[in-house]
Amino acid sequence: MYADLAHFFTVNWLGQAIVILAECLLVTVPLLLAVAYMTYADRKIWASIQLRRGPNVVGPFGLLQPMADGLKLLLKETIIPSSANTVLFLIAPMITFMTALIAWAVVPFNDGWVIANINVGILYLFAISSLGVYGIIIAGWASNSKYAFLGALRSAAQMVSYEVSIGFVLVTVLLCVGSLNLTKVVLAQSGWFWNWFWLPLLPMFVIFFVSALAETNRTPFDLPMSEAELVQGFQTEYSSMPFALFFLGEYANMILLSAMGAVLFLGGWMSPIPYAPFTWIPGLIWFALKIALLLFVFSWSKGTLPRYRYDQLMRLGWKVFLPVSLGWLVLTAAVLQFGGWVPGK
Amino acid sequence: MLLQAIAFYVFAFVTMASGAMVVVSRNPIYSVLFLILAFFNAAALFLLLGAEFIAMILIIVYVGAVAVLFLFVVMMLDIKVTALREGFLKYFPIGALIGLVLLGEILFALGVFGGGSATITSLDKAGVSVGTMDNTRAIGQVLYTQYFYLFQAAGAVLLVAMIGAIVLTLRRRPGVRRQRISEQLFRPKDQAVTVVKVPTRGGVS
Repeated sequence: MYADLAHFFTVNWLGQAIVILAECLLVTVPLLLAVAYMTYADRKIWASIQLRRGPNVVGPFGLLQPMADGLKLLLKETIIPSSANTVLFLIAPMITFMTALIAWAVVPFNDGWVIANINVGILYLFAISSLGVYGIIIAGWASNSKYAFLGALRSAAQMVSYEVSIGFVLVTVLLCVGSLNLTKVVLAQSGWFWNWFWLPLLPMFVIFFVSALAETNRTPFDLPMSEAELVQGFQTEYSSMPFALFFLGEYANMILLSAMGAVLFLGGWMSPIPYAPFTWIPGLIWFALKIALLLFVFSWSKGTLPRYRYDQLMRLGWKVFLPVSLGWLVLTAAVLQFGGWVPGK
Repeated sequence: MLLQAIAFYVFAFVTMASGAMVVVSRNPIYSVLFLILAFFNAAALFLLLGAEFIAMILIIVYVGAVAVLFLFVVMMLDIKVTALREGFLKYFPIGALIGLVLLGEILFALGVFGGGSATITSLDKAGVSVGTMDNTRAIGQVLYTQYFYLFQAAGAVLLVAMIGAIVLTLRRRPGVRRQRISEQLFRPKDQAVTVVKVPTRGGVS
């Protein structure tokens, strides 16, 4: 009986399809729940920074507020501007949302818990995160509105600029690991928490996190949708579910980049102290805690920092992060080569 | 195997069709979007060949950066569609000639005119046994050993192109007030803040 079942799920094509579908649902459903409660956590954190209470009416402690918001957006009317390009206008939010979801296929949640354990995991993540810009730029153009278009242009330039430094950060981590496989990246960081890459590569960790803020258009780099000058940037003309898709995509992207940060610099599913009581806690919990820590810094910076001006943003990306990350890359390569620490030799 | 064959024909068909749509489409924005679709399907074809590194680099470089800038420029130009149609017959012979030359080069490299396939032999010459390692490592081994000088030369060509573009667009306009962040950061406290005793009804001059 057991052997039959095992045969069905590993050999039969129908069984394999069921397994793949179940894996996708197992990642997507908790991710969407996490997105919903990330909005709640965000609002609670900003509220405490501003000495307010935040959402506290719907359900106990306002815990049902995300559900109420989702339901409200679902029931609203989808308005498509008469001069907009209808097809592209509706495709754009789907692109943003889908690119935020498909990247999770290569993220390792625990040892062996990964949907697709591919050899070019880092490159796949980088490729997918560079696609998110299309949702925004297509939305800006298809809306046929000046605010939306200006926001989209700002966003496109910003995301392309900061991808360059993220690329160098990824190459540095790759040099220290000797593999592009994300599971191997985590395994290379085993041991105490000072063995994780955040300490030896501390400047790169900082650059990665700041670039992640810029990639997701979050404060202090949220000038693509700065409400004071561009209304809401590329989202100006969107309402109802298309808007909700943008919103979900933005938060899913934040969680994705936090997961990337946790895998690349904070040891993924590893416990910070590699001894008995701490190693009993499942790796998934450690991974979630690390993601939550990074997400808290996302919200914290939104509650604290003022917005960058556009030329300051470009200066930071091209004149500070690019030379620093390139220099650190060369330094890392030299130290690995002449210190005899090249992995895989 | 059947699934792979079906996937190959689907990706190949979409690549060809979207390539044709790039040329035929009336709206230049649609042309760029179809170009992106063509890049994607070409990357999928590379994946089917087992060349996952090239596939990812194709998406990162061409879809993630080059095509974004294309789209950026095309969106900002206010192009009249009818004006684009007029020059079509005039430019057709040159386009066809370039296409033929490219086709000839590809056929030559594949060894259709005799002499064997160029790519396979040069990999053997480099002494890399590609079968045992993943292809990211294999490309690195060949690129940084046998083709090192060519690789550096390609980098130099790109550097020259970049400097040329900067020289063409760099201009100093007089009277522009620039923000010098280092000066702002190095300004001492006694130059930045002064404590003033304000007399009542007098104000600060």
